[in-house]
Amino acid sequence: MSNYVEWDALGQVILVGLVVGAGLPALFAVGVRMVASPDARDERGELPMWRKASAGAAFGAVALAIVAAVAAIAAGGH
Amino acid sequence: MGVTEPVLLVIVVATALAFDFTNGFHDTGNAMATSIATRALKPKQAVILSAVLNAAGAFLSLTVAATIAKGIVDAGVVTLPVVLAGLVGGIVWNLVTWLLGIPSSSSHALVGGVVGAVLAAAGTSGVLWTGLVSKVLLPALIAPVVAIGVAAVATRLVTMITKDVPQVQNDRLFRWGQIGSASLVSLAHGTNDAQKSMGIILLALIAAGAVPSDASVPLWVIIACAAAMALGTYTGGWRVIRTLGKGLVELESRQGMAAETSSAAVIMLSSHFGYSLSTTHVATGSILGSGVGLRGASVRWGVAGRMALAWLVTVPAAAAVGAACFGVDAALGAWGVVGLLLVACIGIVYRASKRPVHAGNVNEPWGADEVVAGSVVEHDPSLLAVGPQGSSAHVDEDGR
Repeated sequence: MSNYVEWDALGQVILVGLVVGAGLPALFAVGVRMVASPDARDERGELPMWRKASAGAAFGAVALAIVAAVAAIAAGGH
Repeated sequence: MGVTEPVLLVIVVATALAFDFTNGFHDTGNAMATSIATRALKPKQAVILSAVLNAAGAFLSLTVAATIAKGIVDAGVVTLPVVLAGLVGGIVWNLVTWLLGIPSSSSHALVGGVVGAVLAAAGTSGVLWTGLVSKVLLPALIAPVVAIGVAAVATRLVTMITKDVPQVQNDRLFRWGQIGSASLVSLAHGTNDAQKSMGIILLALIAAGAVPSDASVPLWVIIACAAAMALGTYTGGWRVIRTLGKGLVELESRQGMAAETSSAAVIMLSSHFGYSLSTTHVATGSILGSGVGLRGASVRWGVAGRMALAWLVTVPAAAAVGAACFGVDAALGAWGVVGLLLVACIGIVYRASKRPVHAGNVNEPWGADEVVAGSVVEHDPSLLAVGPQGSSAHVDEDGR
């Protein structure tokens, strides 16, 4: 069986796949929670600065990952 | 230099473009089914976006190799009639699975067709069996398992993090993530799969002596492949989209986003690390995983089981068609193969027209008598009841 499956490559796909494939959605979810959880807004209905900043960081990181992915496709990573 | 067999060359190129079309057509759902099912995008918007990104992907990276089924069949026996028979095998299997609404890998269909043609042309010694098992059959089993795992973890994390966020807000915000991740899957598909068709056409041009053996892909080939794939994607394999979006799991935006991100990540990483997994197998696995990862969601494993069966049958079934086409080619010539393909296409499209699936009804509730469905007990009979629920789905003419 070990001749038929490239375990090294497969292991890397699973490991990095979990980090990226599950990590990015989780990061996005953190961003969503920052702006939209029930206690997100103060009594004047505004988002506190720290929530805005963390949401920006989370969404920004996701956007950066998308740009990196497009660059990887263009660079012939395929 | 003279072109050795101009008519055969033209037929092979046209058939390769036809395969490219069915590839786009069959695989629209991999990227867009979840966005359509959760209504993040209207059906027509989704296929237009996917078509544009597929075409863009075709131009994005042009490291095209003039190969077909490399490492799976002996390159020495791949002649133009073998390529033609293989392509027809791939097209016919793509159309049959489309008729049944089963997402199945276009590249595996092509490999199957070529393997069959090689078997007919050169016997069992022409096929590299180890390559066939390690590059095609086992990955078809591994890909969905990996994707189910990644998407289930992603969905669980996302739903845990956002569990006290109002559903309206979740749907509104996650739609954007869903559209972004689905776009990446489309782009990667255009790059990967359009290149395969370009490679086949380049191979045929070289074999016929129309271009020198060290030539790069002519511009018209790139444009033609991008256009055929975009047109196929735009036409939309609605039957497959319906199965992926509605047949496996009842999806919400958070799951759709988690599923498409997992798909994009696994597909790109698998190419990066040199362990190619089929887009279709990964996308299907991701959607299943998004059902596994959400507490209280139910997964129609009966439908999934049928798909798994179809994936195992893909190579032998396409191989049978490929072998038959090679025989027809030997007896009647290339026009005989073209005639056979046209008859098969017309027959399948006619059967499909008996029970059409289109942008207007792609999101209707999954019924107990659906073609792919396993059995009645797995479905909610109330969905079929005549009444407000049933009728509201029919009012929904334009898919909103």
